[in-house]
Amino acid sequence: MSKIATKNLNLWYGEFQALINVNLAVQEKRITAIIGPSGCGKSTLLRVFNRMNDLIEGVRVTGEVMIDNQNVLGGDFSSLVQLRKKVGMVFQRPNPFPLSVYENIIFGLKVHHLAKKNDFDAIVQHSLESVLLWDDLKDRLNSNALGLSLEQKQRLCIARAIAVAPDIVLMDEPCSALDPQATAKIEELMRELKNDYTIIIVTHNMQQAARVSEDTGFMLLGELIEFAKTEEIFTKPKDKRTEDYITGRYG
Amino acid sequence: MERHLDAELKELHKEILKMGALAEEAIFKSIEALKNRDKAAAQEVINTDSRIDELELAVDERCVDLIARYQPMAGDLRFITTGMKLNSELERIADLAVDICQRVLELVDKPLLKPLIDIPKLSAVAQKMVHDAIDSFIKKDVDLAKKVILSDSEADQLRNLVQEELVNDYMARDSSTASRAMPLLLISRHLERICDHATNISEDVVYMVEAKVVKHHKEELEQ
Repeated sequence: MSKIATKNLNLWYGEFQALINVNLAVQEKRITAIIGPSGCGKSTLLRVFNRMNDLIEGVRVTGEVMIDNQNVLGGDFSSLVQLRKKVGMVFQRPNPFPLSVYENIIFGLKVHHLAKKNDFDAIVQHSLESVLLWDDLKDRLNSNALGLSLEQKQRLCIARAIAVAPDIVLMDEPCSALDPQATAKIEELMRELKNDYTIIIVTHNMQQAARVSEDTGFMLLGELIEFAKTEEIFTKPKDKRTEDYITGRYG
Repeated sequence: MERHLDAELKELHKEILKMGALAEEAIFKSIEALKNRDKAAAQEVINTDSRIDELELAVDERCVDLIARYQPMAGDLRFITTGMKLNSELERIADLAVDICQRVLELVDKPLLKPLIDIPKLSAVAQKMVHDAIDSFIKKDVDLAKKVILSDSEADQLRNLVQEELVNDYMARDSSTASRAMPLLLISRHLERICDHATNISEDVVYMVEAKVVKHHKEELEQ
């Protein structure tokens, strides 16, 4: 059974149809990359999984989005807060709250009433260890998160997302604001995290998709053109549009 | 949309064709040297092999450079990796032509053991297979590549004929013929190995064009 499965998923921003009959199956504890040119709908698709598109006026969605057999669009989750606990998100620009490192991590725990105050310290340590920040920040937990480097901020955002023990972590171009060295470290982190989480990453960097993911979907003009194992997409794509895009002939 | 990579791939294509032409020429000259018992012609093939070796190194370096700089994908990646393999196969074919010429030098001062009948047939098969294999690469012709792969058995049969005759009809009956029979035996093996390399090239062409692996899976050719 797939961790996430969409069936005939369509989405409109007003009159503009941004997703067209998307049928996708994401497997558990794998890294799935969604690639495609700008405006193809990949970030829109990502935001369907945690219903972030609800925040945009004029959005209409039809079809099915099942996560562990619960319909995201059909009200099977008791609340959006519950959905977004299960499906965490990391954004392109690192966005730690203007709070201490410690407060950033426990913010979600407080919102979801997930742990007692006595457990916060252990959870903070575990979350920061998971993103390899513990050694750097254990003596600075009360320092303002805004003072961290970009890479550390992004790691902190990932730690904040996993502190609430999600099943799925969505990453919308998580490295595009980072330098190559920081990018390499975040990619290594993703490879570690996939042992515990299902990760979907949207990226315009095809080489990154090729490096980190196990499955890749290519989108174009709102459609999911091809979805296969990453090595197949990048060595022998079936659709000419996929081939044209990944070889740089598109456009 | 024309890419800068396309110009680089064209250059790589040209270099591989040059390797192919040199390898074909080496085989042709080695067989002519054998037929004509021509020491000078054989020596020329041996002396010019270094040219092919240098070109092999240049092609390899170009392929690695393309992979490093462009991170090619899909068809481009398959073309470049196939190019690297072809490069190696063609260099080995040229080496085998040199080996044939080494045997010619061993034979040329000795009386002819027997009229050459099957070895010229085998050499004709080898030359055609190499030519067609290279042609299949140039034209991206999978059908031609598959024909080459399937004709390898004919080469094996001819080599077996040569071996049986030389061993049973000559060396077994008269051990003094060994000094002339052995080089001929080795020539037949060199030619059969050339056919194997042509087969390898053709298998790589199928992969390049169709992303289908037929190497070690001849049954895939039927599908």
